[in-house]
Amino acid sequence: MSDKILYSYTGIFDTPDEIIHAAEKTSEYGFKKYDVHTPYPLHGMNKAMKLPPSKLGYVALVVGLSGALAALLLMFWMSAVDYPIIIGGKPFFSFPAYVPVMFEVTVLSASIATVLTMLFIFFKLPNNAHPLHDTDYMKKVSSNKYGISIQAEDEKFNEEQVKIFLTGLGAKEITAVYYDNDEINHKHKILEPKFIGFLLFTALLTSGVSYFVLNKLLYMPPFDWMMEQDKLNPQATSTVFADGFGMREPVEGTISRGHLPYLFKGQPEAAEINLANPLPFTKPVLEMGQKKFDTFCSPCHGYHGEGDSRLRGQFPNPPSLHSEKIRNWKDGRIFHVITDGQNVIPSYSSQMTTEERWAVVNYIRVLQRALNAKESDLK
Amino acid sequence: MSSSHNVEYQKKELPAKIRTIGLVLFIIGLIGVTASYFTDSSRSAFNNIIMLSFLTSVGLGSLFLVAVEYVAGAVWSTPFRRIPEFLSTILLVLPVVVIPLLFKLGDIFHWMHPEVVEADKVLKGKAPYLNVEFFMVRVVLFILLWILFYYFITRTSKKQDSTFDPSLTKKNIKLSAAFIPVFGITISFFAFDWLMSLEPHWFSTIFGVYYFSGSILAAFAAVTFVVVMLNENGYLVKGLTNDHYYSLGAFMFAFTNFWAYIAFSQFLLIWYANLPEETFWFLQRWEGNWIYYTIGLIFVRFAIPYFGLLSQPSKMEPKRLKIMSVWLLFAHWYDLYWLAMPNYSKDGILFSWIEIAFPVLSVGIVILLFVQLSKKNNLVAIGDPKLKRGIDFRL
Repeated sequence: MSDKILYSYTGIFDTPDEIIHAAEKTSEYGFKKYDVHTPYPLHGMNKAMKLPPSKLGYVALVVGLSGALAALLLMFWMSAVDYPIIIGGKPFFSFPAYVPVMFEVTVLSASIATVLTMLFIFFKLPNNAHPLHDTDYMKKVSSNKYGISIQAEDEKFNEEQVKIFLTGLGAKEITAVYYDNDEINHKHKILEPKFIGFLLFTALLTSGVSYFVLNKLLYMPPFDWMMEQDKLNPQATSTVFADGFGMREPVEGTISRGHLPYLFKGQPEAAEINLANPLPFTKPVLEMGQKKFDTFCSPCHGYHGEGDSRLRGQFPNPPSLHSEKIRNWKDGRIFHVITDGQNVIPSYSSQMTTEERWAVVNYIRVLQRALNAKESDLK
Repeated sequence: MSSSHNVEYQKKELPAKIRTIGLVLFIIGLIGVTASYFTDSSRSAFNNIIMLSFLTSVGLGSLFLVAVEYVAGAVWSTPFRRIPEFLSTILLVLPVVVIPLLFKLGDIFHWMHPEVVEADKVLKGKAPYLNVEFFMVRVVLFILLWILFYYFITRTSKKQDSTFDPSLTKKNIKLSAAFIPVFGITISFFAFDWLMSLEPHWFSTIFGVYYFSGSILAAFAAVTFVVVMLNENGYLVKGLTNDHYYSLGAFMFAFTNFWAYIAFSQFLLIWYANLPEETFWFLQRWEGNWIYYTIGLIFVRFAIPYFGLLSQPSKMEPKRLKIMSVWLLFAHWYDLYWLAMPNYSKDGILFSWIEIAFPVLSVGIVILLFVQLSKKNNLVAIGDPKLKRGIDFRL
């Protein structure tokens, strides 16, 4: 048993009015090191204890404004500098679109910072060694009583006088609170087995519960109700139709809207003779052709159609589009190759519309002309 | 329930000075307004719309505050509920404010000309709502409804001063509950009719809420200014504390944010969708020197009152409250000018003695009305059973 040191004298009161009165008197008396404990916040206590206005508001202000600024910089960096994408035809830096996000980040950062600052900086938690811990006094003031605790450290503290003072205020149950040096000096180590056990337990519990919920619970009735739906998934079999296919073919003799069947499948010569290019050589057509060519054709054919693949041999390099043979092909033949495929090149009819394919043909003609310019072009 | 008897209230006459100020403002304003109608009647009519919207904001907003107090059973505002009651008397003046407009409707509202509507597909589609007959019905009906509710609610409240009958409070709760939905619908359509239909091709479904938010803010500002002035000079019941002031300040702060939220919501959706039939309204306010006015709106109506009322002490300090409430009333006028005037003057901001005469007249009217009412009536609802609790109100 080590020697006990007086920490404070405490007094208990029954009503909020009494404790506010007591706090007023205590601050008037000149005590500085005292505290008031109530089960819930009491309005008017700040004034009674003559506390200066809380600085917590400044934390909220500074962190909130920093949050707004951080959100602004983040979005500015992402959408105007690092990866500029046009969204809805707006400029890369569109301030109005950032406002809602800035607002949310302001609120979020300010509120989290306020709570954390309040708990860990203003209240100095966690503080397991506070002398008032585990006292009868604390048990009472945290349920239905109101208490005041005047600390022995105070300059005006005098045991006898404080007792008389508290009695004069009308306090019930005036008790002295002691602490011993062992208790104060006891350090809770991070590697204490209890603490590690607690961490392990928490980790196991949270991961176990998450695993159970995500992998087991969702497959048990009634939580699996989302899986039971009266619809057919793509490529699943169906018991409704005699052939067992879930996905249906178009009704015989019909075609889908906007689609024209290609008549020259596997007939390049017929295509060359029969197909005429419907598109003119205009700027919008060529721009569309260039865009589609650069997207779909250039990976193998190269940006200028010279067969300089960017695929580094992962796919056989195609021949140049500038050969005599291809230059002499009619438009319909090139269109046929894009539409139907040839040798290694697959059909691109599902990637490009008919019109886009013709535009690509026109663009290929431009490329060819550029490498094999006629004498007259130079004039 | 007769606890109100021991409330300390001594009715005092307002100083004659106030009446003189009101009278001078009223006469100057009236001369100015009359002269302006002879110089430039269309421009005056637009100013008259701003004045009408402003007075409706303060008057109808005040009646709404009274109704909300009754319905919510709030006690904090009971000690000075008479102030919004007095301010809602403005509703009685509205018919007079509307009359000059009725002669100028054709100049103000594009859609009132049948040949224009005939040639315009959009206006034709809106004709079932935007036509002269229905418009007049709405104008008369709205003002009539407001005055009726004003009359019954304030009459009941005044009767309680002498009878101390708590059942009158119950009666007013019922009246208020009936008034609130009427208020919500009429104030929205009032805003559509007088402010939004100035540009009949444009539409914004949030416009009614926009006007509502500004109106309640203006009403709170007017109430706060009067309450602080009267209380400082001892005309109200004794015992009002910082907690009462703080509540008024907090409401002004809250509605400043609410207005900004609504105004930004309106802007953001139109900006995002980028539809020409919606954006042109903002573009009009972004051309010429209107751009400065529009950017100014953000500061006048939001940034300045926001930072002016942000900290906790600033919501309680009487001097700050007075400055901010006057500022917010000015900001409301500024906002209404922004809504109405660009439709008249597409080239740029108009400002001269005409634009001053109308607010001067409005302030004069309000002061005279207030002084007149305070002669006959108590400035405190001394018979209200909630009064004692209202004085004891602590946050």
